[in-house]
Amino acid sequence: MSDNIIEVRDLVKHFPVRVGVLFKRTVGHVRAVDGVSFDLKRGETLGVVGESGCGKSTLAQVLMRLEPATGGSVKFEGQEILGLKGSALRKLRRDIQIVLQDPYTSLNPRMTVGDIVGEPFEIHPEVAPKGDRRKKVQDLLDVVGLNPEHINRYPHQFSGGQRQRIGIARALALRPKVIVCDEPVSALDVSIQAQVMNLLGDLQNEFGLSYIFIAHDLSVVRHLSDRVAVMYLGKVVEIGDETALYEHPTHPYTQALLSAVPVPDPELRGQRQIIRLEGDVPSPVDPPSGCRFRTRCWKAQEVCAQEEPELMTRVGAHPSACHFAEEKSVVP
Amino acid sequence: MTDPSTAATGAAVTSTAGEFVTGAEHIETKAGKPRSLASDAWYDLRRRPLFIVSAALILLVLLMAAWPSLFTSVDPTYADLGRSRDAPSAEAWFGYDNQGADIFARVIYGARASIIVGVVSTILTVLIGGALGLLAGFYGGWIDGLMSRIADVFFGLPFVLGAIIILSSFRAAGSTSATEIMFLVILSISVLSWPVCMRIMRSAAITAKQQDYVKAARALGASSTRIILRHMLPNALAPVMVYATIALGAFIGIEATLSFLGIGLRAPVVSWGVMIADSRDVIRVAPHTLLFPAAFLTATVLAFVMLGDAVREALDPKMR
Repeated sequence: MSDNIIEVRDLVKHFPVRVGVLFKRTVGHVRAVDGVSFDLKRGETLGVVGESGCGKSTLAQVLMRLEPATGGSVKFEGQEILGLKGSALRKLRRDIQIVLQDPYTSLNPRMTVGDIVGEPFEIHPEVAPKGDRRKKVQDLLDVVGLNPEHINRYPHQFSGGQRQRIGIARALALRPKVIVCDEPVSALDVSIQAQVMNLLGDLQNEFGLSYIFIAHDLSVVRHLSDRVAVMYLGKVVEIGDETALYEHPTHPYTQALLSAVPVPDPELRGQRQIIRLEGDVPSPVDPPSGCRFRTRCWKAQEVCAQEEPELMTRVGAHPSACHFAEEKSVVP
Repeated sequence: MTDPSTAATGAAVTSTAGEFVTGAEHIETKAGKPRSLASDAWYDLRRRPLFIVSAALILLVLLMAAWPSLFTSVDPTYADLGRSRDAPSAEAWFGYDNQGADIFARVIYGARASIIVGVVSTILTVLIGGALGLLAGFYGGWIDGLMSRIADVFFGLPFVLGAIIILSSFRAAGSTSATEIMFLVILSISVLSWPVCMRIMRSAAITAKQQDYVKAARALGASSTRIILRHMLPNALAPVMVYATIALGAFIGIEATLSFLGIGLRAPVVSWGVMIADSRDVIRVAPHTLLFPAAFLTATVLAFVMLGDAVREALDPKMR
């Protein structure tokens, strides 16, 4: 078995845009994810960052098989998962789980915490015999740092951070190998974000989990990730080790994102160059020709509109999808 | 499962978590026993004055419907024109109606038909409309389209016209069987009012379906049945329950309308609707003939509305 637990190749997800009341016509496609490839190694955390609407969450949905993919392949431990059905898909659910973004809507308000965390065992009764479940639920609550005696409480009796812990406990229940974290901390206070991220880090060490960690906050991603992929309009524009990407970014988009990270040291403030991007992300229904970033890029030239830059190593040690890739340190 | 490092962070967090107790009722008396939404709701209901009052009222009306002879020994069909429209007295508490029959006895005996028509047609309406609305909301697409169009057809029928057609075409000629008429009245009410309930349920189900917890359940591998019954139904039930409690009163009133038009229940069967319809001609000279059946109807409907309200609140953990 290879070192990679998940291998994604040319994954495509297009949402058709339909018009008409009775007879619907397809007038175009939202190219939410458009040819994404990456590997996830065992026990590794892959961070995925990008602006709103760049396809991060859609990527998570497709990986979780919550949305059907339009094309490409996703292999889990060497097995193709995009075509799985019935019991094979149910079995896959035990290996890949998701932690959702908003802890206020991801827990059913009419179920007790015990029922929420115990639901995975009801759906997969082979994992835990009936008499054992209560104990298992309490163990899980304990693992994520909640009081095991609170199993009879309802979600609204907990704070945002505690609710997210409940969501994590639910994802952990089946002992998955991979957890997809879809912006798990972006709805939380900054102080709580750190707690939840440290919890995720501890759990990774304890259970040997692999994470796909989606976020739009680069500093959050850096804290947890071994490798980071930067997405723009449905494509990965740069991917590399955490240090390589943060200290030697080569894609202009990555550089622009990094230049927006707040500097904690007041002495250094104002000394670095801030790259301001003009305009908005173009519509994914009709993305720009060639390089998708060219409409907002200060380096854009004729070739960018004609040729799509491939994701490959040009300078430095990690791949980047820019014709004019060059190292530029933006983090002081 | 617990390793020392996480156990330590766990203890640190739980010390603050303990402060999130929101009310006295949440201090667990039996901390060990797992509870469900239903048992929590029942525990909460028994402590609600609104529930106790409304449940007692409904119980009383049900007793009247089941054993009317417990409450009066007067024959409701015995009429003496000599005491027509007599006012309430010690002998006849609620007075006499236009035909000279004891109104108190008639109100007691009328409970049965009114309650059966109201409750059964509400249950049928909610079951048909709720189930179809839930399925339409969950599956969407052509299933939703088909069901919504069928509902539109029934919704477009004027109620009284539809009821006249059903009652006059299905009723055996010359039949005066109370059960048969009651059955047809219930049938026409449910057949003509389920679309309203379906639309309410459908929109609530669509809202519930888009919630993240449904996504999480699907990611866990939950079946459609499980998602519909465990996640969508409990969260989509509240608006339907509000509709049902209001509809119950309206249905008892509709039964009266049909009686008034001469196609619903009729003498010798007694119902509150029949009594209200009968009193319309004499309302100015003998208002008590309207007052007493109408008061019973109002009190019953109010009791059901209050019960629905109490149950709805008890089923919502946030309102406890």
